[in-house]
Amino acid sequence: MIRALAILLLCQLAGTVLQQALGLPMPGPVLGFVILVAVFLYRGGPGAELRETSQGLLKHMGLLFVPAGVGVVGELTVLKQNALALVIAIPVSTVLGLLVTGIIMQRFMRRADAADA
Amino acid sequence: MHNFFHIWVYLRTQPLLWLTITLCMWEVARAIDIRAGHHALSNPTVMAIVLTAALLLLTHTSYQTYFSGAEYIQFLLGPATVALAVPMYANWPVIKRNFLAIIVSLTAGSMVAAGSAMLILRALHAPRMVIISLGPKSVTTPIAMGIAQDLGGNPSLTAVFVMITAMFGILVYPVVFRVGRVTDWRARGLAAGVAMHGLGTARMLTIDETAGAFAGLAIGLNGVITSLFLPVMIVVFGI
Repeated sequence: MIRALAILLLCQLAGTVLQQALGLPMPGPVLGFVILVAVFLYRGGPGAELRETSQGLLKHMGLLFVPAGVGVVGELTVLKQNALALVIAIPVSTVLGLLVTGIIMQRFMRRADAADA
Repeated sequence: MHNFFHIWVYLRTQPLLWLTITLCMWEVARAIDIRAGHHALSNPTVMAIVLTAALLLLTHTSYQTYFSGAEYIQFLLGPATVALAVPMYANWPVIKRNFLAIIVSLTAGSMVAAGSAMLILRALHAPRMVIISLGPKSVTTPIAMGIAQDLGGNPSLTAVFVMITAMFGILVYPVVFRVGRVTDWRARGLAAGVAMHGLGTARMLTIDETAGAFAGLAIGLNGVITSLFLPVMIVVFGI
């Protein structure tokens, strides 16, 4: 488990160094994620230890969001001040995102299935 | 009684207390979720947040004090984001085969969601900080918070928006797919992953395995794509 954590943190560290050095717009952990995918593709998938630790972390990912979410206690004023705008923006944009992704992907998949058949 | 008060005053400022309370609230929330049979409206993360936030308000504890303990949990978001590489690699053959379709649909959906959200806020004269914090709301929380931080938004506010978005999405997606005539499970899964990340993926996994796989890969890809286009979009829209 410690070795797997070391690998994950090394990727995050490499990503953060890269981001700082090149002034990239992506956060360090995202670059670390890209780096690890690249390593898997080049050298083969994760070993048992890394796989189990990763799955363990991802299984409890919900817990990791709690500290940030509790930050709502400090944002109640901002939320109240912008309540109307948010009540419109969040539902509209979420429905649009669902529709656009779903409809375009469905078109592609129908074409792909037709080509396979 | 006097002694208890002293202990409380002491503990209140220590990382130990709030770290422990966060973990306990998470366990309570999970127990409730299991009792509720993992109902669509019962989400352990949201429940743990509400319980913990209520406790902070009741005890007049500042978020800063709370965070001195909770930051140890928050720190794990970094390695957890990197760990998303494992399911991504597991799905690689499927991704490779449908690469163009996935990238085009996901980018279009993600840009429309982020763009429309930010433009509506701007039209209604919301402050710049709020607009930027809302931009990455469809991305999975650790990535969304990182993006918000880098662009000058408020990561805690972003985390709240991510949660509200996902909960709203869970409520309306069956109707939206019916109205939009989206019947293909691959398309449904991808859309759910783009619009409501982890919550959508968990939901899709319980309904259809293919949809779950597509939703899962949408999480990582959406994070990468959003972190690329959002800075450009903010400049183009003049936000």
